[in-house]
Amino acid sequence: MHSWLNEIFIGLSLTSILLMVALGLAIIYGTMGVINLAHGQFVMIGAYVAWFLQSQFGIGIIVGLPLIFIAGALLGLAVERTIIQRLYTRPLDTILATWGIGIVLEQLVRGLFGSDSRYVARPEFLDGNLILAGVHMSYYRLFIIGFALLTLAVTWFLLFRTEFGTKLRAVIQNKEISECYGVSANRVYAVTFAYGAGLAAIAGALITPMVSVTPTMGTGVVVDAFLVVIVGGVGSIVGTAAAALMIGEATAWLSYLLSETTARILILLGVIVLIRFRPQGLFPDKVRR
Amino acid sequence: MKRRDLLKGVAFAGVAGATGLGGFPGIWTGRNAAWAAGSDIPVGVLFSKTGAVAVVESTLHDACMMAIEEINDNGGINGRKIRPFVEDPASDPATFADRANRLVRRDKVVSIFGSYTSSSRQAVLPVVEGQNNLYWYPTLYEGRECSRNVMYGGAVPNQQQQDFVPWLKEKFGGRFYLLGNNYVYPREENNVARKILKGIGGEVVNEEYVPMGHDSFSSIVSKLRRDKPDVIFCTLVGDSDVAFQREYHNAGLDPKTMPVASLTRSEIEVKAIGGEAAAGHFSSAPYFMGYQSAENKKFVEAYLKKYGQDQVTHFVNEAAYSQVYQFKNAVERIGSGELKPSAIRDAAVGQRFMAPQGEIEIADNLHSYLWPKIGQWQADGQAKVLVDSKSRMAPEPYWAYEGQECTAEGLQKS
Repeated sequence: MHSWLNEIFIGLSLTSILLMVALGLAIIYGTMGVINLAHGQFVMIGAYVAWFLQSQFGIGIIVGLPLIFIAGALLGLAVERTIIQRLYTRPLDTILATWGIGIVLEQLVRGLFGSDSRYVARPEFLDGNLILAGVHMSYYRLFIIGFALLTLAVTWFLLFRTEFGTKLRAVIQNKEISECYGVSANRVYAVTFAYGAGLAAIAGALITPMVSVTPTMGTGVVVDAFLVVIVGGVGSIVGTAAAALMIGEATAWLSYLLSETTARILILLGVIVLIRFRPQGLFPDKVRR
Repeated sequence: MKRRDLLKGVAFAGVAGATGLGGFPGIWTGRNAAWAAGSDIPVGVLFSKTGAVAVVESTLHDACMMAIEEINDNGGINGRKIRPFVEDPASDPATFADRANRLVRRDKVVSIFGSYTSSSRQAVLPVVEGQNNLYWYPTLYEGRECSRNVMYGGAVPNQQQQDFVPWLKEKFGGRFYLLGNNYVYPREENNVARKILKGIGGEVVNEEYVPMGHDSFSSIVSKLRRDKPDVIFCTLVGDSDVAFQREYHNAGLDPKTMPVASLTRSEIEVKAIGGEAAAGHFSSAPYFMGYQSAENKKFVEAYLKKYGQDQVTHFVNEAAYSQVYQFKNAVERIGSGELKPSAIRDAAVGQRFMAPQGEIEIADNLHSYLWPKIGQWQADGQAKVLVDSKSRMAPEPYWAYEGQECTAEGLQKS
């Protein structure tokens, strides 16, 4: 049987989802050192926007992606301008603040839409499976893998090939000196936070056909995303991608060979051992803080 | 009698006489004025409207409140209205215990209707046992409990499985893959399933538990492809059940050869899964929304009218609804006697009530005789009842444990 090929594919599929969620988190942390505990709720908001668009206007997930990104980004922008911005000098307090924001968002959604689990349909043209060399690959999962790679490429392009990216990297390396050169760190922060939130919202929309959409869905998602960011080394895109791949594949293999519960235990143990010996993660960025 | 008390009594008699209540003697004799004859009957309603399990539990609250309103609109019980004291325990067992305590001590309720999860029931248990109050628990659960202060309205494992497992084996084959969330309920149910399978010559090809809320099932699907079981015997709950069934459907597995047979999937989960992905699979429960009976038609119509056409009724909120009526029947039977929780319990035993699922009866062991059914999910999100039990099935909460039996005297060990 081709079960090992199958597991590689499943691992890739898990990787793509982890990557989508973790990327936004990694960028926000890497840039401004804010540990955004509301990230899971941004993911949840994305899922609800997808549900809302589909149930109210009949707009499918994929067509709706730009709108979902914009909605997430606007929300991120609002949160950054009103709250996070005032806390850049107190990084520890941002943990509490973002935790609170997360709770507020969750209750807001519950208040507006109730706590029922919502159903979002998969795009029809992605129904079915591609069976190649005995490997069952659902078209939708293939699409997510492709989309995650695209997001990674766009993010890389944004960081290393645009003027904004140059400014962003300058701010990451040394905020004060960058400001001396006329870079507005505040604006860079705002845009970055919005971008990260937008990515989270897209990730939320893309996972809707596979999970159930509830106000609490973000909490579980964000734990894995944090694992990825910690293993990868905060703020490093390459690290995030590599860590997502490691954790995704390890989850797929261990849960196939052992059981889901054991897999989870072993992975968390692995992460603990890893940060014992490499506290900065696999690919730490060389930044002055 | 002290002068001050006498004055108060006279004043009260005046008020009572003026308003035509006429309940003065009753109030005078009972120190706990709240359940004196002639006044309202205080009950607690303890279902989470916020927190993790609010999705399901709020529908139990709705059904319970609907029954209370119906009874009050029809003149109450023996001319007395039910007065619900509503608390929101926020899906947290410790809060459940705290609110139950408040209901019993401060509001002097004679019964509490509440809980969806076993953990919240177990948190309330010491409170109702310590205060000798009565807790009406509507959910199916894993059995192995025999409190004299809990009225168990839902199915126990033997009621869901005794017909179901042999039926599945006959129809699809005896190789079962047991899949559940990792906590007490799935483990106890699978324990029973193993025992039944052993008796009828079936086998368990794999038994797997995933953490609560787990939502990535691609590896499980690979294992299903590898093991090729005849039946996936499923006790996943909530989000895990939804994610698993969607994954199963995405992977293109076929319910005709490898059906999912669930003990926990109701109309609520199917709504979130999507009818198309759930179609063709099976559930065993005493009640389905699509069950054809006059009582059910009335129940569903009233529920949808009250809470919206997009709502569903299911096997737990049906029980939450019926339990209020069982409470009513018990109180009616007591008549003008003193309304104590223990008296209500004793009056409830043996009571029959024509519930939406059929005529149910409260057993000596405070569990319920129910009508187990096997339903097959259809693309419209409703279950078609394929098999309806021929008789009321007795609840045996210790079915899998030889030498232990739950009776009217509590747990007996031989």
